[in-house]
Amino acid sequence: MTDALLQVEDLRVSFAVGRGEIRAVDGVSFSVSPGATLAIIGESGSGKTVCCRAIMGLLPARAAISGSARLRGGELIGLPEAELRMHRGSDIAMVFQDPARSLNPTMRAGAQIAEAIRTHRQVSKREAQAQAVELLRMVRMPLPERRFHEYPHQLSGGMRQRVMIAIALACRPKLLIADEATTALDVTTQAQIMELLLDLQQQMDMALIMISHDLGLAASYADEVVVLYAGKIVEQAAAVQLFGTSGAVRMRYTRALLDAIPHLERPAHALLPVVGGRPPDPTALPPGCAFAPRCSHAADDCLAKAPALLEHAAGHRWACWHPCENGTGSGN
Amino acid sequence: MSEQAQALLSARDVVQEFVVRQAGGVRGGVVHAVSGVSFDVMPGETLGVVGETGSGKSTLAQAILQAPRPKSGSVIFRGTDLTKLRGRKLLRARRHLQFVFQDPFSSLDPKWRVRSIIEEPLIAYRTGDRAARRKRVDELLDLVGLDPARYARRHPRELSGGQAQRVAIARAVALEPSLIICDEAVSSLDVLIQAQVLNLFERLRGELGLSYLFIAHDLALVKQVSDRVAVMYLGKLCEVGPGESVYQQPLHPYTQLLLDSIPSTEPGAARASVTIKGEPPSPIHPPSGCRFRTRCPRAADICASEAPPMRELASGHMVACHFPLAAPATPATSLMKEAAQ
Repeated sequence: MTDALLQVEDLRVSFAVGRGEIRAVDGVSFSVSPGATLAIIGESGSGKTVCCRAIMGLLPARAAISGSARLRGGELIGLPEAELRMHRGSDIAMVFQDPARSLNPTMRAGAQIAEAIRTHRQVSKREAQAQAVELLRMVRMPLPERRFHEYPHQLSGGMRQRVMIAIALACRPKLLIADEATTALDVTTQAQIMELLLDLQQQMDMALIMISHDLGLAASYADEVVVLYAGKIVEQAAAVQLFGTSGAVRMRYTRALLDAIPHLERPAHALLPVVGGRPPDPTALPPGCAFAPRCSHAADDCLAKAPALLEHAAGHRWACWHPCENGTGSGN
Repeated sequence: MSEQAQALLSARDVVQEFVVRQAGGVRGGVVHAVSGVSFDVMPGETLGVVGETGSGKSTLAQAILQAPRPKSGSVIFRGTDLTKLRGRKLLRARRHLQFVFQDPFSSLDPKWRVRSIIEEPLIAYRTGDRAARRKRVDELLDLVGLDPARYARRHPRELSGGQAQRVAIARAVALEPSLIICDEAVSSLDVLIQAQVLNLFERLRGELGLSYLFIAHDLALVKQVSDRVAVMYLGKLCEVGPGESVYQQPLHPYTQLLLDSIPSTEPGAARASVTIKGEPPSPIHPPSGCRFRTRCPRAADICASEAPPMRELASGHMVACHFPLAAPATPATSLMKEAAQ
C-alpha cells in the first residue's frame, strides 16, 4: 500500500509508572487512504487517544514511542518539535471532544480562527479575517459575521465545535483527526456535525480518522473500522464487512460492544447481553488474550497465549482463538 | 384522568423560571426553563424523559425534588403535594424519592469511604443502630453487585466509573424509596459498563418494586428502560405515550427528527437521513405559540399565534402539535372530550 496517506506500522507507546510500565499502545498498524474515513473504536483506556496523539506528536516527553507513522512517506515519529509544528495544522489537524476547553475563553471566535491561518500562512490580518468569516460560513455557522465577534461562552456547544472545525480546517489539512468530536453533543447536533464533516471531507478530499467509543457512529460513517482493546487492535475490517446485513463481526469483544448498544428494536425492560468485569489493569495485563477474563467463550488456550491479529478473510483481520460464527453467537 | 388518584407521582403545570442578571445586577431576562409540564408516574412504572441539552429536563427533575422549588404548579407524590410542605415534613416525604446523578465522582464525597457514603442516608433518617446499619450497608453493596469485603473500605477514587455509579445507586436505594429519579445516570459510562448498570436498574425494579423517572438524551437508551416516554423541547412536553407507539409512530415532528438523528448500525444508512436545521432558540426569548415552530418543517401561521394544547390521539398517546405527523384512527370519545374542554 504505497498510495496510503498515513501509514502507521507497529506503533508502540509506553509510560513508566513506578517499577512497571503501561503499554498504552502495543503494536498498532493501520493505514488511511486519501479521502477515506477510518474509525478507531474502543472503551476509555483502550489507547485510542494515545495512539492519535503519538501520531500528532502531542504526548509528553516521558512517553516512550517506537514504530513508525508516515504521512505521504515522511516519518512523523521522532521528528523534532519545530518540524512537527509544520505538519500540525497544515497537514494534520485535530478536533477534540470538549470544545469549551480547547477554545480560548478570552479570545473572540473569529480571532482564534484568524490566528490559526496566520500561524501557517503569510497573509495580512485583514485577509486572515476575511478567510475566517469564509471558514465560518463553510462550517455552516448561522450568522457568521456576527459569530466572528463573539466569545466562546456566547456560543452553544454545537457552534463551539463548528469553530473548532473551522480552526482545524483553516489550512486545508489532508488528514483530520476527530477525537470523540461529537460525544459531548446532542444526537441532533451530532448528526449535523457528522454530516458537515463528511461534506467537507468530500469537498476538500480530506481523510478523516474518527476516534469514538460508539460503534453505531462508526457503522454509519466510516469506511474502515479498527477496534482497540487494551492497546491492541483486536479486529480490523471495512465497515461493510462488519455491520449491516452482509457484515459479520468475528472478534467476541466487538460483538459484545455491538450487543451492548441499546437498540430501538429491543422491547422495553429486556435485559442487555452483558459481559462482566472491566478492562484489565494496564500495568498487569494477562499473558493470554486481554479480553479472555471477560469473554464467555474463553478456553485454556485463550488464557495461555495471546492470539495474533491475522488476516483471516480478505481485508478482515481479527485476533481471536474462538471467533463468532457468521457474526452471531453472542452469549450462548 | 381516572388514574390520577393512584399515580405515584403526579406533576401538574410545573413552571420553573430563573432571572438572569447582566453586568451590574441589571435584570437581563427570564429563562423559561420549564413551562407548564404535567405528567404522571404510576407505581412500578418507568417514565422516560428525552430531550436535548437545555430542554429543561434536569430542571424539571430538580423541581420535582423541591431543590429548588418550582415557581408554580404542584408535585403530588404519594398523595401529598410536595410544593406545600416545609422543613421536616418535606424531608419525611422526600425519603421515598431518591436521585442518581450523571457523574458519580462529583456526587460522592471523595474523602468518605464507600461504607460511610451508603450509611449516610440511614443515619440521616435514624434507621437502626450502628450494627444494624453496617449490616444493611453490606446487604446494599451485595445488591448492587459489589463485594462488601473488597469495596466497603475504599474511597471513591479507588473505584472505576461503573463501580462508583453502583455505590451511588446503593445509596439511593438504602431507604427503600418508591421512586428513583435518574438524571443521565448512565451517560458517562462506557457502553459495556452502561449495559451492566442498566441491567442493575432493571433487576432492582423487579426486586424492590421501584418506579423510575429516567431522564436521558439518548433515545434508544430511554426506549430500552421505559414503559412510557415523554419528549421535551425547550421547557415543554411535545409528546407523551407508550414507548412502542412513540417510537414506531411518532406524532410530533420533533420526535421524528430526533429519531432520524440516531446513527444506525447499518453502514452508510445515516448519510441519507435528514438532519434537523439550526440551533435551538434561547429559553430567554422562546418562540411564541409552539416552541418548536422555528425549526419545524410543518410550521404554519397558527403555530406562531397559538400554543398547541396537549391532546390524546391514540390510547395514552398524547401530542402537543397543530399538525401531528400520523393521524391515527382517532377514537370519537377523545375528540368529544376535546370539544367539551
